[in-house]
Amino acid sequence: MIGLVSSLLAQAEWTAPAIDWHAIAPELILVIGINVVLFIDLNIDETKKWMIATLTGFVMLAAFIPVVTLGLELDGVPRELFDGRYVIDEYALVLKALFLLVGYVVVLMSQNELEDGGYYQGEFYVLMLCSVLGMVMMTSARDLVSIFVALELLSIPAYMMAAWRKRSSVSNEAGVKYYLLGVFASAIMLFGMSYLYGTTSTTKLTEIGASLTDGDLLGLEVVGVVFVIVGFAFKVSAVPFHSWAPDTYEGAPTPVTAFLSVASKAAGFVALMTLIFVAFPDASDVYGPLLWVMAALTMTVGNVVALRQTNIVRMLAYSSVSQGGFILMPLAFAGDPDAGGSALNAVVVYLLVYAFMNLGAFAVVIAVTRKTNSGEISSFGGLFSYAPGMAVALTVFMASLAGIPPLGGWFAKFNAFKAVLDADTTSAYVLACIAAVNTVISAAYYFKVLRTVWVDDVPDGNTAPINPPSPIIAALAITVIGTIAIGVYPRLVAGFGNIQDLTGALPI
Amino acid sequence: MNNLTDNNWILSLGTFLPLLGALAIMFGTSKDDERTPKIIGILTAGLTLAVGIATLVLFDYDQAQNLQFFVDAEWIEVISSGYTIGLDGISLPLYFLSMAVTFLVMIYSWDNMPEAGNPKAFYSLMLILQTGMAGTFIAQDLILFFVFFEVVLLPMYFMIGVWGGADRKYASLKFFLYTMFGSAFMLVAFLALFFQTGAESFSFAWLYEMGAGIDRDVQIWIFAGMFLGFAVKVPMFPFHTWLPDAHTQAPTQGSVILAAILLKLGTYGFVRIALPMLPQGAQAWAPVIGILAVIGIIYGALGCLAQTDMKRLIAFSSVAHMGFVMLGISTLTTFGINAALFGMVAHGLITGMLFFVAGSIKHRYHTLEIKRLSGMLLQMPKMGWILGFAAMASLGLPGLAGFWGEFPAILSAYSPHPSLNEALFRTLMVIAAVGTVLAAAYLLWLYQRTAFGEPTEEFAGQSDAEHEAAGHDGHGVAHSLSSAANTDEHHDEIHDVQPTEWIAWTPFLIAIVVFGVYPQLMFKVLDPAVTELVKTISAGIPQ
Repeated sequence: MIGLVSSLLAQAEWTAPAIDWHAIAPELILVIGINVVLFIDLNIDETKKWMIATLTGFVMLAAFIPVVTLGLELDGVPRELFDGRYVIDEYALVLKALFLLVGYVVVLMSQNELEDGGYYQGEFYVLMLCSVLGMVMMTSARDLVSIFVALELLSIPAYMMAAWRKRSSVSNEAGVKYYLLGVFASAIMLFGMSYLYGTTSTTKLTEIGASLTDGDLLGLEVVGVVFVIVGFAFKVSAVPFHSWAPDTYEGAPTPVTAFLSVASKAAGFVALMTLIFVAFPDASDVYGPLLWVMAALTMTVGNVVALRQTNIVRMLAYSSVSQGGFILMPLAFAGDPDAGGSALNAVVVYLLVYAFMNLGAFAVVIAVTRKTNSGEISSFGGLFSYAPGMAVALTVFMASLAGIPPLGGWFAKFNAFKAVLDADTTSAYVLACIAAVNTVISAAYYFKVLRTVWVDDVPDGNTAPINPPSPIIAALAITVIGTIAIGVYPRLVAGFGNIQDLTGALPI
Repeated sequence: MNNLTDNNWILSLGTFLPLLGALAIMFGTSKDDERTPKIIGILTAGLTLAVGIATLVLFDYDQAQNLQFFVDAEWIEVISSGYTIGLDGISLPLYFLSMAVTFLVMIYSWDNMPEAGNPKAFYSLMLILQTGMAGTFIAQDLILFFVFFEVVLLPMYFMIGVWGGADRKYASLKFFLYTMFGSAFMLVAFLALFFQTGAESFSFAWLYEMGAGIDRDVQIWIFAGMFLGFAVKVPMFPFHTWLPDAHTQAPTQGSVILAAILLKLGTYGFVRIALPMLPQGAQAWAPVIGILAVIGIIYGALGCLAQTDMKRLIAFSSVAHMGFVMLGISTLTTFGINAALFGMVAHGLITGMLFFVAGSIKHRYHTLEIKRLSGMLLQMPKMGWILGFAAMASLGLPGLAGFWGEFPAILSAYSPHPSLNEALFRTLMVIAAVGTVLAAAYLLWLYQRTAFGEPTEEFAGQSDAEHEAAGHDGHGVAHSLSSAANTDEHHDEIHDVQPTEWIAWTPFLIAIVVFGVYPQLMFKVLDPAVTELVKTISAGIPQ
């Protein structure tokens, strides 16, 4: 055996690939951060565990610095590593920044939740950093293998985080459900990837893209494309692959739910986008109709079921399913020569806006349930009378999710509509009309919450004011400002996600 | 059209000043302080109104057809949408009306806060509402228009939902969902229009120019989307069912603003956006609009006759009045659209006034059930006369503002745009004329039942006026007895019109008379702009 290896090594002179250290600095900082946090956690007194959260936050922010410097240095020329299988372009950087920011806000939201619940803290943050690392890698991955590695790196810690409230059977159920379905989805995806590799004999996305062309697809290639997309459809909880989401979201600790519904979902979309625009640009006959149906189903089913929820976290879970439908919608027209560019832009912008408003909604839920100890929507009754600040913040997020200008959500929705109508086909108009009806349905349940908050009486008569801990206030400040600023001045984000910024994508 | 850019800061100032006031109230006052929010609110609205008056003064009336105070700044360049604002003769009256109404409503609220209290939130919401309304009338870019159009929704939702009557939850959600439904399709239509005109710009000027070039069939579809959005807001039959609920449940202030301004956003949208941008679509839809408008007139009037609640009756009368406005618009003629625009302002003043009176009656009698109210002229002679005056104006008595909205609208249907079916519109004209008779019937009947006769037993002897009369007759004892006897049931005595009410109402009353006697005052502002608009429409309809 050793002889075989050494003879192989002797045959091919193995040289280490040139590594652009600056380009992978964000990932490196996260890796170092993971080790530091783990080490400190092992050697720290139980009473000082709170420091770990602060430290984790700093790691996220530190990783943010190279993202900024890379962005300044990039100037339109992407940096390619490992033979173009790992690419730092503007598309990747914007999404890296998004994931780091989301990670930071989730740390702010988790701190007190973990402390008060008496759960393990150090391990939680290590796992979260691992998961964020996976997401950050996902943005740059341009190879089937690295996409898969990134996906597992971001998913496996998340399975554990979902079950973090280990004494609660609901939380355990959440973790197990998420794990089983996640693994199942991974298997399906790997199966599809193997077909793609088998038929195109490469794992590099650009090369796969070159060999898949519409009208000329082998049956196996079609199966490959469909299975890979279905695998990620689990990740983004698209109907009919969404069944894990509500239970997992409800059972997991609320900050983890926020993390799953924003970051993990966004990572799924990032992978989908990369695959569609780089690997399958000419397979739109396959993925177009598939995504069309999935988008229409996702937004409709998510909305209709959300209408009936009485638990706010469950409602937000279904709402996030339905929002996923809106994000999916433009991708159905990614292959259209007119709409392709706007579709990428629409998805990236939607992900950015969605991160702010959904995280914010969860932050309010965390702050309020600390006092009421109930996840029922009715327990939010009369919030306006004793915590007007919270009520206004929740109003901002709910109205933004419903797409009311001038809050961020409207621009995200608008952009999605615009991308779809850019295709200018009958199917595009039909989908836009379905989406329009869904906007109205979604408004019904978002505004039912607001009605409870503003109009109803306080259910238990307890009108002691809420004193949220400062990390949550910080999280709320970031998300409120983000949501309003993007809505009033959409140019802040509107320029992100240009098709030219995605290396390897066919210029549409 | 030339765009005049003198003093172009004034529109932005007038629009966003209320927002500053709202922020000041939100962050600058404490929740327990009842007075400061009111003072800041009234002050801001007053300043805004002053800016509005300055706008009136600076407006160049000889060039009312041109956009004035024009600004075209970058906003969201990725989607080719700009911060494009301007004011012409069509927008000016409505823009100013929104400022005046908000200011007066705020003064009225000084003494008449709805039951739920919390002036801090109430005044901030009204100021945000004002920004949305003013912005809608100055926007010259579809996306900007859409944003302002939607900004109005939230404050109104909360106003009805928090400060409304017993059924406020149902009414507020219904209002919200109906409007949202319309605007979702409207947005799709806007985008379709954008792409059909070459995806270059959302600015009105560009779309006026390019819209006419779209295929007729496509225009009809896009118009359908816009129709949904605007018709729900107007509201036109059969999308009107949210209105009676919203009006009945809303607090007085909400009803007044809803009637005076919000409903006009829909009709304004038709005039400003749907007709000139999609002339052929408008031409195809005009008969439908005309027929629905007339159905609305008759249906609204019959609905009024069946109501037992005074506020609900006024709400149904709004459906009928907006029917006249839409009939004028559907003729696609200068005459008809002038009448419609005049009707919008007149309806705003008159129905606003009626809702004020209804609110004050509710405040005093704690009911608006018509059969329990009687003899108002005896109990509150001044209030009774004001109600009578507003009712007369509403039924279109010549010499008061309502006449100039209704009569020319009917007349305009006699000779609609040459591309429309004359026979149909003449039939509509006749039916609409019957509607005016019905209007007279329900309003006079309302007035008879509430104002004439003796006060009903449950309220008899509680009013100042009766006490005074009793005092003059030397029955001072009766005075004290009757009030003592009644205090256990109703602590509030029935006062006549109060000072804050006088301040808030007088401008309405004066305006109703002034525009009634001298309608030319507004027509001369409207006419040049409308002429220009109809030119655009006609140019787009192949002969």
